[in-house]
Amino acid sequence: MLPNQAASKNGHAPDDMQLVYQPPQALVDMPMHYCPGCGHGVIHRLVAEVIDEMGIRERTIGVAPVGCAVFAYQYFNLDGCEAAHGRAPAMATGLKRVLPNHIVFTYQGDGDLASIGGNEILHAAARGEQITVIFVNNGLFGMTGGQMAPTTLLGGVTSSSPSGRNAVQHGYPIHMPEMLAMMQGVSYAVRRSTHSPAEIRRTKKALRTAFTNQIERRGLSIVEILSTCPTNWHLSPAQALDYIQTTVLPVYPLGDFKSLPAQGEA
Amino acid sequence: MTKELWKGNEALAEAAIRGGCQAFFGYPITPQTELLEYMARRMPELNRTFLQAESEIAAIHMVYGAACAGKRVMTSSSSPGISLMQEGLSYIAGSEVPCVLVDIMRGGPGLGNIQPSQSDYFQITRSAGHGDYHPIVLAPATIQEAVELVYTSFDLALQYRHIVVIAGDGTLGQMMEPVELPPMRIVDEQPPEWALGAAEAHAPRRISSLYLAADALEQANLHLQQKLQTIAAAEQRFTTYAAEDAEVLVVAFGTVGRIVQSAVRLARKQGLRIGLFRPISLWPFPAAALAAAAQEAKALLVVEMNAGQMLEDVRLAVGNNLPIRFLGRMGGAVPLPEEIVYEAQHLSRVAGSSRNGAGRVRSTQTL
Repeated sequence: MLPNQAASKNGHAPDDMQLVYQPPQALVDMPMHYCPGCGHGVIHRLVAEVIDEMGIRERTIGVAPVGCAVFAYQYFNLDGCEAAHGRAPAMATGLKRVLPNHIVFTYQGDGDLASIGGNEILHAAARGEQITVIFVNNGLFGMTGGQMAPTTLLGGVTSSSPSGRNAVQHGYPIHMPEMLAMMQGVSYAVRRSTHSPAEIRRTKKALRTAFTNQIERRGLSIVEILSTCPTNWHLSPAQALDYIQTTVLPVYPLGDFKSLPAQGEA
Repeated sequence: MTKELWKGNEALAEAAIRGGCQAFFGYPITPQTELLEYMARRMPELNRTFLQAESEIAAIHMVYGAACAGKRVMTSSSSPGISLMQEGLSYIAGSEVPCVLVDIMRGGPGLGNIQPSQSDYFQITRSAGHGDYHPIVLAPATIQEAVELVYTSFDLALQYRHIVVIAGDGTLGQMMEPVELPPMRIVDEQPPEWALGAAEAHAPRRISSLYLAADALEQANLHLQQKLQTIAAAEQRFTTYAAEDAEVLVVAFGTVGRIVQSAVRLARKQGLRIGLFRPISLWPFPAAALAAAAQEAKALLVVEMNAGQMLEDVRLAVGNNLPIRFLGRMGGAVPLPEEIVYEAQHLSRVAGSSRNGAGRVRSTQTL
């Protein structure tokens, strides 16, 4: 019998082994409702790992959106609440203004943040609210079954753009971090992706910067994360990852659109 | 304590502050704006939170956020702004967090105007958002009463984890009168046991109005209804004026109640026995008290600055037991004591011979 076989039964490492990897404390050990191949599970885990590593779990409050991540407040092992559709930045503003020493983040999809919640994110950014915004962009409304979002690519076929999104009728894809980068209240506006292990690691680093900025009261930070929706893209999980690389990235390039130097660097 | 001359909107703000208001989020709208302006000056002086939101929608969701932290939080607005706040109010009711809302009503529908009105009665008492609930709605007739109601409104909101609306109209917000303000209360309370933000000491807390399963949502609704029944039993408020021997009992709320008081004095000089029943809590509506007060009357006259909204609650309270006549002014028009007396006189004459008063002129209805 190999030494780790006994250990795997109860999930604890035996005395002579070192525990090198385990679920983050900031994540509840429960099944998630996300579809196979969906990016939310990975992104939840990254957020939880960053919160654990920064030691801020007990003073962090998460604000969940309406959309696929509507149950995010149940998955994070933190105080949390559920905002109305698009209003998470306003709700987070209310929380942060009365609990200024807490860490408050919103977790929002592209329908929630870029469509119905456009005004709330814009003004939270303009005010430089000391919050962290995690913006998951999969290019459509996932929860309601794959309708066109402001982020849907031109030509994108969705259930509400059955002939493909065309600019004349539907307008153009919206680029949130690029827009928000122009606002003085924003300290950090970047786009990352989940389509490869390397990009996932870069995403985690960006999340850490975004939370650090909040602790240092540098203004609003937004991390847009390109994510997959195999169900509504009608692709396999592997194909969906390729789709980000081949088709989404040319329209939504990764990068730092604004990153104020950290304290002491300026 | 001496009386000072205060404008209604400003007195409401100061009384809310003295009642322990810890955070205010709002948006300018006439005829409520002085309340926001007063908060903008005064809250930072006291190291409390003031923020002008980008919209009424954002304001109510900021209130929602701060309420989730268990704070004494309020907003104020006027009719079109209240329409925009309905989304957030529904979430607040569904999540059972406390907040205070001041509605200084103006004329509608649409942009309407900035004159006084009572046409938000339906939108604030019937639910104020989607779903099955009623906020607690308190309607002061004087600035003094407004001050007293808002002063204790946070306690009421926290006690029931519910929305408390102070419903005034443009008259109340804009006029000035001598007021005795209550003393400053130093609120030094621990956050409630459900509040977010103290995870050092407890397992994660979550505030939400989401129940995906039908069973679960029905249970949540039953719980909410049970709470509302408790409120309905405990929080009915009203006052009367010369109602004991009244042949015609006039029912009116808010500043109209006050005008009716003048009408009662005028009518009594002419030998006409009329009296006033003034609901203070619009929800819960003091139905049993009204039915009891109406027992000795020959007829009821309902006067409102709308097309007959509280009238429905009056009819539910007294049924078809006696004739009811309605006098309504709209669009910023304010009923005068003389026209109230005229209607009461008419009603008094016909009430003896008929179960219904005859119809007459502008905005009056025979029921």
